[in-house]
Amino acid sequence: MVARVHLPPAAKRGEVIEVRITVQHPMETGFRFELGGKPIPKNVINSLLVRYNGAQIFRAELGSGIAANPYLQFHTVARQSGEIEVSWIDDDGNRGSERAAITVV
Amino acid sequence: MSARRRFFSLLAGLAAVPLLPARLARAQQADSFASVLKKITSGAPVKAGRVTVDTPRLADNGHSVPFSVSVDSPMTAADHVRSITLLSERNPRPLMATFHLDPAAGRAHVATRVRLNGSQRVLVIAQLSDGSWWSGDAEVEVTESACLDAT
Repeated sequence: MVARVHLPPAAKRGEVIEVRITVQHPMETGFRFELGGKPIPKNVINSLLVRYNGAQIFRAELGSGIAANPYLQFHTVARQSGEIEVSWIDDDGNRGSERAAITVV
Repeated sequence: MSARRRFFSLLAGLAAVPLLPARLARAQQADSFASVLKKITSGAPVKAGRVTVDTPRLADNGHSVPFSVSVDSPMTAADHVRSITLLSERNPRPLMATFHLDPAAGRAHVATRVRLNGSQRVLVIAQLSDGSWWSGDAEVEVTESACLDAT
């Protein structure tokens, strides 16, 4: 699974920064059928966690109401240089993570 | 109880067994909006206000509708937004997502893209650090529904 974490490359200490995340995932609703009529089982990213230098800053519980390849945007305060790590798990138990570095001046 | 009656009650019991999971599965597929809302707030009153929902008035494609939420909050340790929940009145599963915010988020604003099963009112409820619930809503016209198989 592929994901991207967009951050401003540099921020001032105390500045509110925007974090944007996209994860490549079909977010199967469980309501769709294959051509043969067999239902496609539900498989969505049900939990997504964001950590800033190890401390949790954001958590999302997602359902089938979130579009495929989920996009999330939220804010946090730039405290110190380091990295922001996103990790998630889907209904099939597949885990993934992605990280991005931030420089605080 | 006669042997015959025991035999029939056993038959009835066997027949009921496979029905139960099927019925549970159906119940899961169509959660009622009111029951989902009540479960989230555990019956606490939800006041209208402080929550601003920003969606396009007309969404061409229900598979991916931009959805942005801001909550009027200073975001301090003493007064901040604890969680933001996105609800749909017409989706087979009304609960679309819950976001848990950090007091140090700086701004109570989240954005995502949602699936919508037809034109409807979407509701967002936010819980503040004092435990109170606030809500905001928006009307969205959806030209092409996200759920063509399951209406």
